[in-house]
Amino acid sequence: MSTLHTVNKSPFEKTSLDACLNHLGSGANLLLIEDGIYAALKGTAVEERVKTALDSVKVYVLGPDLKARGFSEERVIEGISVVDYAGFVDLAAENDKVQAWL
Amino acid sequence: MKFAIQINEGPYQHQASDSAYFFTKAALEKGHEVFRVFFYHDGVDNSTRLTTPPQDDRNVVERWAELAEQHDLDMVVCVAAAQRRGVVDEGEAKRNGKDATNIHPRFRISGLGQLVEAAIQSDRLVVFGD
Amino acid sequence: MSETVKNFLYLNRRAPYGTIYAWESLEVVLIGAAFDQDVSLAFVDDGVYQLTKGQNTAEIGMKNFSPTYAALGDYEVKKIYVEQESLDERGLSLDDLQHLVWEDEDEDYAEKDSIKVVSRAEMAAIMDASDVVFSF
Repeated sequence: MSTLHTVNKSPFEKTSLDACLNHLGSGANLLLIEDGIYAALKGTAVEERVKTALDSVKVYVLGPDLKARGFSEERVIEGISVVDYAGFVDLAAENDKVQAWL
Repeated sequence: MKFAIQINEGPYQHQASDSAYFFTKAALEKGHEVFRVFFYHDGVDNSTRLTTPPQDDRNVVERWAELAEQHDLDMVVCVAAAQRRGVVDEGEAKRNGKDATNIHPRFRISGLGQLVEAAIQSDRLVVFGD
Repeated sequence: MSETVKNFLYLNRRAPYGTIYAWESLEVVLIGAAFDQDVSLAFVDDGVYQLTKGQNTAEIGMKNFSPTYAALGDYEVKKIYVEQESLDERGLSLDDLQHLVWEDEDEDYAEKDSIKVVSRAEMAAIMDASDVVFSF
């Protein structure tokens, strides 16, 4: 069973990202949306945690939410793929289910 | 693919309704079916017809209504959550002695069973919240 | 009510009373019980606080909905998973939580525990195995 996990809050505001990373199964995918995109950026206090996750799961970040918050794709951690809403839909369809960490 | 969408937050206060809207729109544009959009918790506030958002910003309620109109979407508002928060249609006004209604005609008030049914009948449940 | 039986997981990560999510998620569980799905409840992070014993809401003027957890057994909701690490982080033990039970009609209505304390890894596996996750 592959799950698309979504995290929509900033890792500095809530523990949702941490909780999510602590519960990822094999074949899991993580999509960062809304304020969750901050976890995708280089140079943050959670960068190492996210990079470690990249060793076993695929991580995506929603482009429109990055742009809205003033960040270009260059600021995103290597290995994280930027997707748009169409990509979000594809990920939801390709995985067996979607699990929101609010 | 058949999608069920759950929205837990009201318009403007959180981005949930916006994210859900763009996800739903993208899914429909890709030819997927959106079985139901279910509004729960403060999400019921997305169904009031009485908002007057500033002209230079998006109209969350109307945007949903237009998408629903275009694609014949089933937009359901939970009755218990609606009663708690004062979202009222004709039936609820009569039943509960209210002197007004405020629901937008594109939305319908119904029970939580509609959310559960949507989760059973759809291929994917996608939840947007805080 | 329907032929499809899915593995439903209701994910609870928030404390009660400070927000409405705990109560309104329980309302979905109760209504959902009529749909004969394979239901599990997961209590993770602050969600574990929902199950504490001795909640007395008189002085905050809110309805004490904690007795509803005790009724879950009557609704055939008997798979209630509580995460060990979430309890530990909060200095809680099973003793702090309500004793939730269900009656097994196949064993002369013997009372059985509904709560199973599981490790984070086991919780991850439970989440992985579910077909649908409701988040509040």
